[in-house]
Amino acid sequence: MTDFTPVSALIGGSLIGLAATLLMLLTGRIAGISGILAGTLTLAGGDKAWRYAFIAGLIVSPLIGALIGLQLEEPRMPSSWAVIVVAGLLVGFGSRLGGGCTSGHGVCGIARLSPRSIVATLIFMGTAMMVVFVSRHGLGM
Amino acid sequence: MPTVVAAALCGIIFGFGLIISGMAQPAKVLNFLDIFGRWDPSLALVMIAALAVSSVGYALVRRRERPLFAPQGMCRAKRDIDAPLVVGSGLFGIGWGLVGLCPGPALVDLATLSPKVILFVIAMAAGMVAHRWWREAIRLEPSPAAAPSPAIDG
Repeated sequence: MTDFTPVSALIGGSLIGLAATLLMLLTGRIAGISGILAGTLTLAGGDKAWRYAFIAGLIVSPLIGALIGLQLEEPRMPSSWAVIVVAGLLVGFGSRLGGGCTSGHGVCGIARLSPRSIVATLIFMGTAMMVVFVSRHGLGM
Repeated sequence: MPTVVAAALCGIIFGFGLIISGMAQPAKVLNFLDIFGRWDPSLALVMIAALAVSSVGYALVRRRERPLFAPQGMCRAKRDIDAPLVVGSGLFGIGWGLVGLCPGPALVDLATLSPKVILFVIAMAAGMVAHRWWREAIRLEPSPAAAPSPAIDG
């Protein structure tokens, strides 16, 4: 189990909002992680340098954070390797088909009151809650 | 060059946000999604704070003609609701609910060198590339005559 951590949630959330705002102000881009990452993998030609830089920043953030005392917990992952592979494929494929993930739709899109992003966020939160319900509590058990 | 430095800085701040908020811990995300279990509402507050800052920030930034460091205008995203949006978000939600990782936290958690996180990121990247191939395939299908001849390497 994990504890409700309202203060760190609000501070961390504000930093996420700040990063999204700065990326739009400085580069004119939307801070959608799945879109930025997919661009580094599938785009031909230019427009990749800023994407690599953003992804690199994200990857090294725990190392820089460690210097100022931010601790990254060991992630608790499911025991099944098959589940991890299937989940990774679904997250990658689904976020591209749906045009965004928790950051692009859930934060940047809703911040602009985009109906598309509001619908996407309701759908992925709803399905994720159903999956957790079935996997943790079972059906009719 | 300034765009690259700015993007890297934004990536680092975004990562700090995920670490501080606890969202880099998949168990914490799953405990938010588990509304009938021992519910941890932290993720809701993360979103509320992120939205409070970014909605005000975007509204202020939008008044500008163009970004500080880039020649092109501000990105305008699609706003319409279509079938790929619904199906894609559903598939994404299933994957998210199975492990509790979405793309941002997965990349941040690579620093722990957890083999399971590394495997998740490889599968996620493969899913993105697969989507690209599939899009190319359906784009070519309706008019096979128009398909380009196979590229010759070298």
